Parts: sequence; structure tokens; C-alpha cells
Amino acid sequence: MFDVAEAAVGAAIAAGARYADARVMDRRTESMGARNGEVEELMQDASVGIGVRALIGSGWGFASTADLTPEAARRAGEQAAAIARASASVPGKDLQLTPVEVRQDSWSNAVTEDPFTVPLGDKAKLLATVTQTMHQSGADIALAGYDAWDTRKWLVSSEGHRIDQHIVECGAHMDATAIGDGETQRRSYPGIRGQYGTRGWELVREIDLEGNAARIAEEARELLTAPECPSIDATDLIIGSEQMALQIHESVGHAVELDRILGWEAAFAGTSWLDLKQLGSLRFGSELMNITADATLPGSLGSFGYDDEGTPAHPVDIVKDGIWVGALSGRDSAALAGLESSGGAVRGDGYNRLPMVRMTNVGLLPGDSSLEDMIAATDDGILMDTNRSWSIDDKRLNFQFGCEIGWEIKGGKRGRMLRNPTYTGIGPRFWGSLDMLGNESEWTFWGTPNCGKGQPMQVGHTGHPAVPCRFRGVRVGVRG
Amino acid sequence: MNADQLLDACDRILARLGTDAEAEVTVASGTDALTRFATGFIHQNMSDAVSRVHLRVALDGHVAEASGNQTDDDALDRLVRTATEAARLRPPDAAWPGLTPPAPAPTVEHWDEATASADPDGRAERIGAFVGSAGGLETAGFCSTEGITVAFANSAGQRLTGRSSMATLDGIARTPTSDGSATAVSVSLADLDGTSVGTDATRRALGAADPTDLEPGRYEVVLSPSCVADVLTFLCIYGFNGRAVDEGRSFVKLGAAQLDHAITLVDDVAHPMSVGVGFDAEGTPKRRLEIVREGVSASLVHDRRTAKALGTESTGHALEGAGAWGAMPSNLILEAGSASADDLVGSMQRGLLVTDLWYTRILDPRTQVVTGLTRNGVWLVENGEITGPVSNLRFTQSFIDALAPGAVRAVGSDLTLVTGGFGLGAWAVPSLHLASWNFTGGAKG
Repeated sequence: MFDVAEAAVGAAIAAGARYADARVMDRRTESMGARNGEVEELMQDASVGIGVRALIGSGWGFASTADLTPEAARRAGEQAAAIARASASVPGKDLQLTPVEVRQDSWSNAVTEDPFTVPLGDKAKLLATVTQTMHQSGADIALAGYDAWDTRKWLVSSEGHRIDQHIVECGAHMDATAIGDGETQRRSYPGIRGQYGTRGWELVREIDLEGNAARIAEEARELLTAPECPSIDATDLIIGSEQMALQIHESVGHAVELDRILGWEAAFAGTSWLDLKQLGSLRFGSELMNITADATLPGSLGSFGYDDEGTPAHPVDIVKDGIWVGALSGRDSAALAGLESSGGAVRGDGYNRLPMVRMTNVGLLPGDSSLEDMIAATDDGILMDTNRSWSIDDKRLNFQFGCEIGWEIKGGKRGRMLRNPTYTGIGPRFWGSLDMLGNESEWTFWGTPNCGKGQPMQVGHTGHPAVPCRFRGVRVGVRG
Repeated sequence: MNADQLLDACDRILARLGTDAEAEVTVASGTDALTRFATGFIHQNMSDAVSRVHLRVALDGHVAEASGNQTDDDALDRLVRTATEAARLRPPDAAWPGLTPPAPAPTVEHWDEATASADPDGRAERIGAFVGSAGGLETAGFCSTEGITVAFANSAGQRLTGRSSMATLDGIARTPTSDGSATAVSVSLADLDGTSVGTDATRRALGAADPTDLEPGRYEVVLSPSCVADVLTFLCIYGFNGRAVDEGRSFVKLGAAQLDHAITLVDDVAHPMSVGVGFDAEGTPKRRLEIVREGVSASLVHDRRTAKALGTESTGHALEGAGAWGAMPSNLILEAGSASADDLVGSMQRGLLVTDLWYTRILDPRTQVVTGLTRNGVWLVENGEITGPVSNLRFTQSFIDALAPGAVRAVGSDLTLVTGGFGLGAWAVPSLHLASWNFTGGAKG
């Protein structure tokens, strides 16, 4: 495959590109879904192709094809250069690329049990069993599914990179919906998006879907008659680690993407409230807030050996002791922003999508409290967990998130279950109110397999290490 | 590949399956190209030679799907083997609805050859005009062209081909305190005028500059076509979707006057403003479907599975690989009224004119309570006059209540083609003047 990629890169350079790279990607996916005890869907996909990126002046050109003959690869290289030349007709400042060590290497993640070799019948039985259990335990609609990806990619650049990677990802999800008079309630496990990682089927076995199916169905049914989350302008809010993963993803992860900060996503995904001039000095949150972007975390969904520009995975400090200190970047955005090197955060969704800045494992480092400590330390507040809805403005500042379940906290004890809990806030004000942080024993590497960004839309796989947290003075119970 | 070659690929797959299997095959080919610009220059520019093969087989009711992007003999052998082996390992699918019987699809030709084969210079030219019309304001957006030919065949004898092109120019102009957006969508790139779209975006950006904060609360609103498409997306996915009704998640009660009398919603691939081909992912021919007639819920959209479950016929709205979601309209049309967009604004006592909604997410599908924000320009209107721009606001609003009987003050005459909900096709919708919209917070908190 390296030869095909080299043919494409050579053609792009010959056609006038000052830099070019090419990725051959061979990806196999498998997903299955079940409902109320019956397997409903089984989908398997195999796609292979090459994407070529060429830089002329200020703009990239990218061309892709499923045809892996050397002739087709050369044509794709020439086309990428022609597209880059067209880009240069509406020019900006010449794009530069931060330097990166040129490597020839192979990388693969550790997998104990290849998800593609687990018999389909066994996987079907698991999903049918847990959806039947949920259905029998009170769920009107019981859904479960798994997804597995096996991706092999070969990167060649005009600077000399030759890197091949083999990444296996896997995970599963289930949810129970109870339908009441005029509204529905849902409980998901392990989270709204399930749980995913750069791991094999062992991850699915570890999350124990069977052991949690009845519980979430019963909770969904119970929620229908639970009291509504009260509307309070300012209260103490404890957030479980699954919802914290969403909170980090939306209000920190996207906000620190350098392409957004530079305005490259202004018309679609949006920009960021962060100003580069404040990098290193802006207070993002309380001193308890330490966020890293670390693609080296074993098993987390945003892990890899090299990003799609050949930058080796490495941890990047994003927020340190509450101060904004880093960004998610690639070689071009880092150079434009005046950073010394790429953050190694550029990936493309398949061979036919232009690599762009994506989150790796953007997560919160643990503290020294526990969820039970937080409850015990809260006289009057609310505990929420498991994301239900998420909405945030185009600067990643104003958010309103809904959770599947909440509980009243009174006198340091968990009280009544609450339905339809929501909370809203402004990023730095909210993070500034963080005053208790879960410890390492509660640190979970949540995987988000469906992060949408880019045009055409790309679906990214990101990881979010998270712990339960407590925030003070939060507005909850926003009503329609 | 042309339509005949794609149909030949379908036949090669069906031939590999023999006569024991029920099978349906879709093969698509074409070009998908998109040029993005930001901070006034083109920064990303791509073209993909699209190649897609999708197979669904049923062996005595044991169903599985497989897909790929190669059409050589080895790849087709693997595709068939993958699907059939998976089907044999699965339990029988009690809800398997069977294959679409042979039937002709409506003759539609939403196709422009020049758009399907457009080069990057054509897109760059329009972007250059957009940027040039912004009077020095910062700009961002994209211009895309696509042309896809698709063939469908199944073992029941249904054989169809179709092709569709689409071009979009969508962008914003920016001042330090505001953004303004404008969009044009057409079957033909030649219809897109970069100067005109850029001028509209610039006018909105300048008009939205230096906004003041407005106290949240309930306001009358005039929603632009892009906002209306957003509202209809939720009504369709969680409401007029056969699957949602079958599962009891939907608010829809057929025959009931659930929306305002001014609302008539149809799906019609043959409408002159539509894009797409005349059949769905299951090879069911599309036909004009009245979803809402003068406020009365009239029809659901179905694929074959939901149609079987509810004892009716598929309406031709199956999506490939999206059975768990159900069916979605691809060519939605909200029938226009007689009032111009200016008339709608002129009839507001005290309300807001909203350009775009952003990050809309449902809180409860049954009640259709949705939260989101405004974007790209909001203006306060008092006594029929725009009095000034206001800062973006968050809303938490039931979309059923927003369009409920008596809640729609007027429907605009400005029928506009916009990208369909969740990126599906393109929908033709006008502006709406609504009696009340619940803004629950300012964007600054």
C-alpha cells in the first residue's frame, strides 16, 4: 500500500504541490442492533481507498478514490494539486507547516479479543437477551447494539513519512424507554452513547450489559412518576462522570480546537470564545480544573500512534490549575497560530475525508474526592447523570444540557429521584465554580463515537477521561 | 460509471446469490466535491469519486446487510459471502417486510451535467464573488457540487435507475460583533450567484452589528426558511415517522387538527424545486404525499418495515442502513402563503426576526420540547418596524405548541430551497410568523 501512496504523493509534487501526503485506508466495520428481544439490524461494511492532500500557496487540495491502481493514485495526486491551485485563486497568507520528526514506523493498539472473530451468534444472543430483560422489566422500547471498527492505514508524505497503523475499536450501548401519558423517559447504559474504546470485545464483556439491563428499565419506568426537577436559579450541582464527559467534550474540547479559534470553522461548527492572545493567562476554571489532550492513553477511544499528518501521539496540557494553556492543533493551524509544534490532533474520517483538527482524549485529571464525599458535603443540591440532550452556542460558551436522571440532595444524603433534570451555564463561570473533583478510582475513559464536524460531515471518535464533579451556584430545571 | 454499468453491477451481485435468496442491491457512483473558505480564503477543498455498493439479503427471513465501495469480481464475491454468512447466523426477522415488487418510479430528472462534472474553478469563482461582495468583512462558508447516479435492483424484479445533482453556496459575513448568513441551493451550479449571496450575508451582518441584550421571555417571531426547516426536522423524525408512531413515541394522531390551519406539508420528489431520485433505498417509488393538510395530520412517512407494522404501504421514504430510525421525508415542501417576508415582519407588534437556529436538540420527543440558540442575526421588531439587532438567545420551546392551531400568524410567500433536516436532500420552505416562542436565556447567560 505504501507504493500506491507514494505514487499519489509523487504525482502531486510533480504537479506543483510544495507538500503532499497520502493515506491509504482500509476499514472494516460491523454493527448490530436489537429491539425488545429481537435482533433487528446487522450491518457490515468494507471500504478501501486513497486520499491525497496537496498544498499550494494558502490552500489545501484533497482528492480521493476507491481505485487503488497506481494509475488512479497518480490521477488523484494530480487532481489534489489542481484543486489546491484552484484554492489559491481565493488566497490568504501562505500556509506553513510546523516541523515534525519524520518517521517510518508501525503502530497498533492492544486487543485481547478481536471483536470480528467473536461469533455473530454470540453477539446476537447478548443483544437479544439484554433487550428482552429490559422489555420484561418495564421498558416499552428496549434497544441495544454494538459497533466494531478495524482500520488499517498507510501514510506517506513528501517529507518522507512511511507509517502504518492498525487500530481496532469496539463498544456497545443499550437503553430502555418507558412511555407515559404525554412524555417518555429513557435510561441508557453505560451512557447515552454506550461505552467505546480502542479495545476489543473484552470491553463489551467488562461493562456487563446483562447485569444492568433490569435496573435501567426499572429506573426508566420509575422516572415517569418521579417529581420534575425543580427550577432553581442557583444550586449546588453534582454531575456524574458520564455527563462530565459530555460537559468536557462540548464546553472544553471543541472550544480549544485551534481551527475553530482561527475562524476556519466559523460558518458551520462555529468559532470559540477563546482568544489566542490569552493563551497561558486566561482563567478557564477553578484551580481544580486540569484538562489534558492525551492520545497515548491505553484503550481510550481517542488513542492512536500517530495522527493523520504523522505527528506522534503525545499528551498536551490544555488547562492547568484552571488556566488555559494549550490547544488541539495540526501542523498548519499550529504554524499560523505561532505555536512551536503540532498538537498531533489531525484525523480524517475514512480515506475520502480531508484530515482536520479533532479531539483526541480530552479529559479531566482526577482529584481527591469521591461521589459519596460530594453528596455528604452538600446540604441542598441536585445530582444528575447520563446525558439526555446537549446544546451549546457557536462560541462554545452558553450551554444547556439535559440528563436522564437526577436526585435531590438534602442534608448530605441522596433523596428522591427527579425527572427531566437540566442545567445551563456559561463555560468559564461554570468551570470556575468547580469545587470538588472525583478521585482516580472513579476516573473513567468515556468514548464518544459520533462527534460530528466538518463539511462534508465527518464523524470522529474521541475519548474523555472524566470523574464526578461538584459545581456551585448552577441554574437547573430550565422549562419549555 | 453510468446508469447501465451500475445496473449491470447490481445484476452481477444478484446473479451470485442464486434463486433462494431475497435480495436488494443499490450501487451508486459520481462525484462529491466541496470547497470551504474562511477568514476570506479557501482553506479546504476536496473532491471524492463516490463509489458505493449496498446489499440486503433475506434467507428464509434471516436478514443481513453488507456494503462496500468496490465493484470488481473479488469484492462482489466477498460482499455476497459476508451478507449471506451473516444472514445464516441470525435469528429469523419476524418483521421482515419482503421486497418491493416491480413498479415504475416517477420520471424525475433533477440533473445538471455541468454541475455533476464541475471543476474546482467553478466553485472557487463563486466563492471569490462572495468574498468580493463583502466589502472587506471577514467571510466563511462553502460551495459544493455533487452528481450521483444510482441503480437499484432486487430479486423480485424491481429495476430502477436515477441521477441527481445539487449545488450549494452557503456563507457568512462577519463584523466584530455579528455574523450574517445567506444560502442558495439548486440543481445547477449556474443558478448560484456568489455576488448576490455574499451581498445578502453582508447586509445581514452589518444590520446585526452591535446588538443589545434582550430580556428572555416569550416573543412573537418571524422564522426564516432555514429555521423553519429545523423545526420541521424534529416534527418529522420524532413525529410523522411511522417508526415513532409504531413505538408510541410520536405525538401524531392521524385525522386530528394538531397544527395550525395555515400549515400544509407535503413530500413531492416531482416538485420543480426538488432534488433527488424517484425511489427510496428499498426501491419503492416515491409519490406525492400529504403529511399535513391545513393543520390536520394526514399521513406518516414509511419504509416497508414500518408500513407492515402499521398495516399500510411504504411511502417511499426508506433510508439506507437507517432502519432503527425509521423513515424520513426527502423532498419536504411547506406550502407557501401569500405574505412577503417583509409583510411578515410588518405585521409583528413586538417580536423577533430570526435568521438561523443553532444546535437544536430535543428534550422530549413526545412533547417536542427542543432547546437551541439563535445565530447569524436576530432583530427586535416593534410595531412592524425593525428597531435594532439583539444578542443571540437560547430558547426552550415545544415545536408542536409553536405550530399549534391558532399559533401561526402567517406563512410567507418566500418558498426557498434549503438543505433538508440532518443533511437529507433539500426541502422547500417559506418563512413563518408565529405567535409565541419561548426564549429562556441570553447567549451570555
